[in-house]
Amino acid sequence: MFKPWVPFEWIVAIRFLREGRLQTLFIVAGVGIGVAVIVFMSALMAGLQSNFIRRVLSSQAHIQLLPPKEVTRALRQGDDAVPGEVEGAIVQPPMQRLKSIDQWQAVAAQIRTMPDVAVIAPVAAGSALVVRGSANRAVSVVGIEPALYFRIVNLEDKLVRGKALLSGSDILIGTELASDLGVEIGDKLRLSTVTAASTDSSTGSTVTLTIAGIFDLGNKAANGRNTFVALRTAQSLLGLAGGATSLEMTVRDVYAAELIAQHITAATGVQADSWIKTNAEFFTAVSAQTTANIAIRFFVGLSVAFGIASVMAVVVVQRAREIGILRAMGISQAQIMRLFLLQGGLLGLAGAVVGSAIGAGVLMLWQRMALNADGTPLFPLVMDPVLFATALVLAMLTGLGAAFAPARRAARLDPVVAIGG
Amino acid sequence: MGKAVTDLSCAAVVQLHDVRKRYHPGTSIEVEVLHGIGLTIRRGEFCAVVGPSGSGKSTLLNIVGLLDRPTSGLLSICGEQTTTLADRALTRLRGHAIGFVFQHHHLITAFSALENVMMPMLGAAGFADEAMRQRAASLIASVGLTPWENNLAGNLSGGQQQRVAVARALAMDPAVLLADEPTGNLDTQSADEVFSLLRRFNTEHGTTVLFVTHNAALAARCDKTIEVVDGRITD
Repeated sequence: MFKPWVPFEWIVAIRFLREGRLQTLFIVAGVGIGVAVIVFMSALMAGLQSNFIRRVLSSQAHIQLLPPKEVTRALRQGDDAVPGEVEGAIVQPPMQRLKSIDQWQAVAAQIRTMPDVAVIAPVAAGSALVVRGSANRAVSVVGIEPALYFRIVNLEDKLVRGKALLSGSDILIGTELASDLGVEIGDKLRLSTVTAASTDSSTGSTVTLTIAGIFDLGNKAANGRNTFVALRTAQSLLGLAGGATSLEMTVRDVYAAELIAQHITAATGVQADSWIKTNAEFFTAVSAQTTANIAIRFFVGLSVAFGIASVMAVVVVQRAREIGILRAMGISQAQIMRLFLLQGGLLGLAGAVVGSAIGAGVLMLWQRMALNADGTPLFPLVMDPVLFATALVLAMLTGLGAAFAPARRAARLDPVVAIGG
Repeated sequence: MGKAVTDLSCAAVVQLHDVRKRYHPGTSIEVEVLHGIGLTIRRGEFCAVVGPSGSGKSTLLNIVGLLDRPTSGLLSICGEQTTTLADRALTRLRGHAIGFVFQHHHLITAFSALENVMMPMLGAAGFADEAMRQRAASLIASVGLTPWENNLAGNLSGGQQQRVAVARALAMDPAVLLADEPTGNLDTQSADEVFSLLRRFNTEHGTTVLFVTHNAALAARCDKTIEVVDGRITD
C-alpha cells in the first residue's frame, strides 16, 4: 500500500520499474558496468599519478634555489660606443665554477617566513673522487644538515644497512657504490676534490670518512653516484667555507610548487626551480594520460546515457496506454514528465550503486593481484569516497538527462491516441 | 485532495453548442467528423449514445471528456466554458469533473485493484492518505470486489477488471461518467453486471452517465438515447 510520505510520481515510477524488472535489471547492469569502468579507471589513474609523484618527490626537493649562473659580459667599445654594439663576434659561455648562494642564510630566513614553505635546508654539493685501495669512483658529494634535510628527502627510510647518522667524519653511500668498492658499514673511504681555482690536484682537499649507512634510492645510477656527508664536511671538502650551493625546500601544496618558485625568485632574486619544471616530461605524460582517461570516461558515460535513453524510449512506447489513462484521470503533463525523469534518475542511481560496488571490488582485486616482485602492491589505490559520491551524482544526473527526451515525449502524448493505440 | 474550482453541483452538467470536429484542417485530407453538435446533459441523467461504427460517438465522447478539443463550437462542463481553457486547466477540470470507463479496462497492472481506484485521488493530491484508502475501499466494496482488492489488476477476470475501472472512474465523485462501450468486451452476464453497477450509481448517487453502446437492449434501459449518425445527432 502507498506510504503517505511518498509522492505520487515516486510511487508510479518505482512500480513501473519493478513491474519491468528484467528490463530494469539489464539496464542497471549496463549502467553498473559503465560506472564500474569509470570508477576503476579514475582510481587507477589517481593512484598511478599519486604514486608517481610520491616516488619522484621522495628523492628530491619540491623547490631548489641555485646561485645565478655566471655569464660572459661583452666588452663595450668605449664611451662613444653605440648602445647595443659590442666588440667581438663570438661570445663564449663561461665555465660554471662551484659557488655559494650569496648571503644564503638571509635568503633562507626570508623564505622560511613564507607560509607556503614547509621546510628549507642548505646543501653544499659538488663532485669528488672516492678512493678505496686501487679502486676509485667519481661521486657527487651532498653536504646536508640531517635534521632539516631528512624532512625533505627521508634517507632514513631508504637505508638498507647502518644508521643515518652524520657526524663530521661520516658518510652515507648507495648500494651500488658499496658493491663497486667492496665496502661495508664502518669501512673508511678517502674522498678527494680539486679546487675550482686550479686543475692541479695538489691544490685539492682530501678527507677520510667512515661509512655510517648504505642506502637504496631505487635507482642504480643514483645509488652509484650519490653520497651524503655533513654540511660542514662538504663545505670543507669543496672549498666552500660557510657556503651553500643550493637551498632545498618542501612546500605544503606540491602542485603549487611552480607558482611558489616564481614568487621566491621575484622576492629574493635567486633562481628557484620547482619539481614541476624539472620534471616537465613527467607532467606531459600525466597530462596525456589524464586526457586519454577523460576521453574514455566521457565515451563510457555517453554510452550509459544512450543506454538509459533507449530503454526509456522503449518504456514510453510500452506504457503509452497507461500514460493515456493517467492523463484521462487528470494527471498533468508535468507529473508524467517527472515520473519518467525519475525512472531515468533511479536507473542511473541504481546502476551507479551497482557500478561503485563492482568498481570497489575490482580495485580490491587489483590490489591483491598487481604486486611488485617483493609482494607489495604495485602502487596503493585509494578508495576515495569523493570519487564514489561523484559517480553516484553524475550517474543520476546522466539518467535524468538521458530520460529527458523520452519523458517529454511521454508528457506530450495525445491521450486519445495513447488510449486508442 | 485538490479542490475543484468548478461548481460540480450544477444542473446542466454538459452543454455543447454547434460543436464541430475536423481532422487535418487546411489539408487535402481534411475531414469533418462532427457537424455542429448541440446537446445538453442534465444532472442525474443516464444517457445512451448509440450509432453505427464511425459515426463519431467516440470523438463526441473524447470532446465531452476534454481529451480532445472541438475545432469550433462551445463546450461547457458544469457551466465552465472549456474551449478557451489552457491544457493545464483542462487537465485539472477533467480530473475533478469527469470519470472514464473504456471498452478495455485500462487498469495499471503494476498496481492492485484498490491502488488503481486510489490513483486519481493520489494524482490530484500528490500524496496518499487514509481518507483516500477508505474511499477506494468503499468503492471497491460497492462493486463487490473487497476480497480481491489487494490482487494485482492483471490477475483479475475481465468482468472484475471492468468493475474496478468503474470504481476508479467514480473515485473523484465526478460530475459526469463517460462510458465508451464498457461492456463491449464482456460476456452477457458480466456486461449486465457492469451496466447494473452504473445504473445503481446513477440511481443511488445521482451520477450523470453518458453510455456509448452498440447493445440495443442496454440502450433501452437508459433514461435517454442520443443517436449519432454521420457526425450529427438525430432526433
